[in-house]
Amino acid sequence: MEVLQILLSESFWNATLRIATPLIFGVLGALLCEKAGVLNLGIEGIFVAGAMAGWMAVWLGFGLWGGLLVAAGVGGFFGLIHAILTVPLGLSQHVSGLGITMFATSVSYFTYRTALPQVSSPPRIEPFRPLDIPILSDLPFIGPVLFQQTAMTWLALFMVALVWWVLNRTPLGLAIRAVGDNPDAADAQGLSVYGLRIGAIIAGSALMALGGAFLTMSAFDSFFFGMVNGRGWICIALVIFASWRPGKALIGALLFGAFEAFQVRLQTQVGAAVPGQIFLMAPYVLSIFALVIVARRAEYPRALLKPWFKGQR
Amino acid sequence: MSNSLVLSLNNLSKRFGTVVANDTVSIELHRGEVLSLLGENGAGKTTLMNMLFGHYVPDSGTIEVADAKGVMQPLTLGHPQAALNAGIGMVHQHFTLAENLTALDNILLGSESLFSWRHNRKAARKKVSEIIERTGLAAPLDEKVGNLSVGERQRVEILKALFHDARILVLDEPTAVLTPQEADTLFENIGAMTKDGLSVIFISHKLREVLAFSHRIVVLRHGKKVGEIATADADERVIARMMVGADTPTTPRDTQTPGAPVLELDNITVKGKNMRTSLRAANLVVRAHEVVGIAGVSGNGQSALAQLVSGLISPDAGEMQVDGQQILKFTPPAMLKAGIGRIPEDRHHDGVIGAMSVAENLIIERLQDPAIRKRGFLQQKYIQENAKQLCKDYDVRGPGIDADARLLSGGNIQKLILARVFECTPRLILANQPTRGLDLGAANEVARRLLEARIRGAGILLISEDLDEVLALSDRIMVIHDGHLVEANTDDRETIGLMMAGEQV
Repeated sequence: MEVLQILLSESFWNATLRIATPLIFGVLGALLCEKAGVLNLGIEGIFVAGAMAGWMAVWLGFGLWGGLLVAAGVGGFFGLIHAILTVPLGLSQHVSGLGITMFATSVSYFTYRTALPQVSSPPRIEPFRPLDIPILSDLPFIGPVLFQQTAMTWLALFMVALVWWVLNRTPLGLAIRAVGDNPDAADAQGLSVYGLRIGAIIAGSALMALGGAFLTMSAFDSFFFGMVNGRGWICIALVIFASWRPGKALIGALLFGAFEAFQVRLQTQVGAAVPGQIFLMAPYVLSIFALVIVARRAEYPRALLKPWFKGQR
Repeated sequence: MSNSLVLSLNNLSKRFGTVVANDTVSIELHRGEVLSLLGENGAGKTTLMNMLFGHYVPDSGTIEVADAKGVMQPLTLGHPQAALNAGIGMVHQHFTLAENLTALDNILLGSESLFSWRHNRKAARKKVSEIIERTGLAAPLDEKVGNLSVGERQRVEILKALFHDARILVLDEPTAVLTPQEADTLFENIGAMTKDGLSVIFISHKLREVLAFSHRIVVLRHGKKVGEIATADADERVIARMMVGADTPTTPRDTQTPGAPVLELDNITVKGKNMRTSLRAANLVVRAHEVVGIAGVSGNGQSALAQLVSGLISPDAGEMQVDGQQILKFTPPAMLKAGIGRIPEDRHHDGVIGAMSVAENLIIERLQDPAIRKRGFLQQKYIQENAKQLCKDYDVRGPGIDADARLLSGGNIQKLILARVFECTPRLILANQPTRGLDLGAANEVARRLLEARIRGAGILLISEDLDEVLALSDRIMVIHDGHLVEANTDDRETIGLMMAGEQV
């Protein structure tokens, strides 16, 4: 009975989309990197850096959209480091990625502490507000669910379409898919494998940083330690769940958002009978099950994790 | 065929470390011509073509290509894009196709400006269809390349080159992966293309094809151009002599008196899952100073025999003795210790560890040797010296002793294995298909080494599906059929052939 009530409530569906938004950015970013053949485990740290950089830029007076640009730029910078280490130098993508995560996280915390040594509660900013769209926002059910989201949710949905279009409908996307599948094929056609891979990693990392920025600039209005809380890692799993397809990535992010929104509501209703940790755990357990079912048929980019060197075949 | 020049390679040289891959090679190509580039494995054919296509930068020399108007222009070296723009298309031995993309996408790849907002698939499809119509290179354009047959993939590769307006097409051993029917189709297609004015360089070491389909033949040996001949003036003997350097030396055979038995199989039975993996009450003796050849049609128990002697399987019944000692434990180390040297059938897979260096592969069967391992540590100095010496003695050519073994060509891998086996002075050498897939020079070298070991006093068990090889090398011939071993007692081809088919003679 309670379950049905939750599933029919507007707030549940609204929350699903809201929780999914940073994941949509993250999963698209990770997907872009992997389509070009490079795993980017820096994602968790890039989320933190994006959250921190976006928030601080707004606090320093760059404005909300300026803040997003700064966040994307910082994400792209960490992406560039990862790209240099893994593409021309061909180092282990796992080790480099984990290093980026630790580095980006620590640098973000360090910057925060250096800029604000004294405060116990961080300053608040004026975040993105839900867009009030005339007529549409007043529709019953659909209005509150779809048309009372912030601009960043719309940006995330637009990015799904953009990434899909670029990958499937443009020569650039074809080249990215080729370097992720068989770099020799791209090289033989005179395309720059290094350039394409580095570019894809930078773009993907910028997207990841936007996911982080959503947390401080839309979901909340300030920066906290530990606020990313594993969202980056979830995106890595969601890419596999999505079989490296942007459309499926959206579905995966929404599914995870729904698990999360559902468990919060169920917890408040039957919380006393069941330990709270079970609920916290549920989205992750369900993700693993979903992964087991879907991922066995997943079509990997065949050159994923394999470094490529010019003139060596 | 018009005589206008379309390509000229002038004095190209390329070294890899100390190996000279190409030494001042000059080649000219004319419009509508099919030029065959012939040479043994490692003669430098592929290196030469990789320089033409910009994958390698030559150490010296220049390349000139005719532009669309027929005027010779120097080619920027080391840039695949420059070669593509100059109208050179290359079909590599290992295809450079992305399997997750469709055939059409693979053809389109790199042909458009990267930053245009969308593909112009319609125009591209039309152009590809026209090429297909003109040349007969049929391929399903909307299928993922991963689902295509090898022949279809090759056609996609050629289509790709033609789509990029190639006027010169390089085919690197195009028929190595094709069935005979597919190869015939390919040559028909090439014929149609050259009528259109396309020039083709065709790398091969199959003499029959070269004689049938090319106009002119250039032969490389040890990185040097050693001969050039119009196909009309050539025959197999002439070309073979150019490739190998002299008439194929007949392996000298002096008579040797067989000594004591080094390998005895006594009523050995191996119950395999099928014929391929079974032996039935097999008896066999190999003596010192003796080559025993096992002739037979593939899949009659040869692999069971090889695995038994290598120590990979145990017999279900019967006894085996090496040097008079009965074998109790059938494991590879036990066989090594008993004095058996093994030249495996699949040299790439079972003969070397591709990701380990040449030097390491050379000592991998001798890890217990105190010269190599002292107090648990590898003696690097000895290992290096050993590798240098063996590579010199056995003429193992490649990028060096510290390079991964996988980088060696097939013939050089086999020489590496020979070096490793013979250095242990084995009592018995198991040579399983020792020359399969090797070019003439390397095959002769293997044969020479085996006969040398015979003089030294080893017994040699030669398993081969090539009856000529068995006849040329063996002192005695056994025929294997259905897991039974029978003494041939003759060197008459016809009789042995009947026995291989299972007839009682």
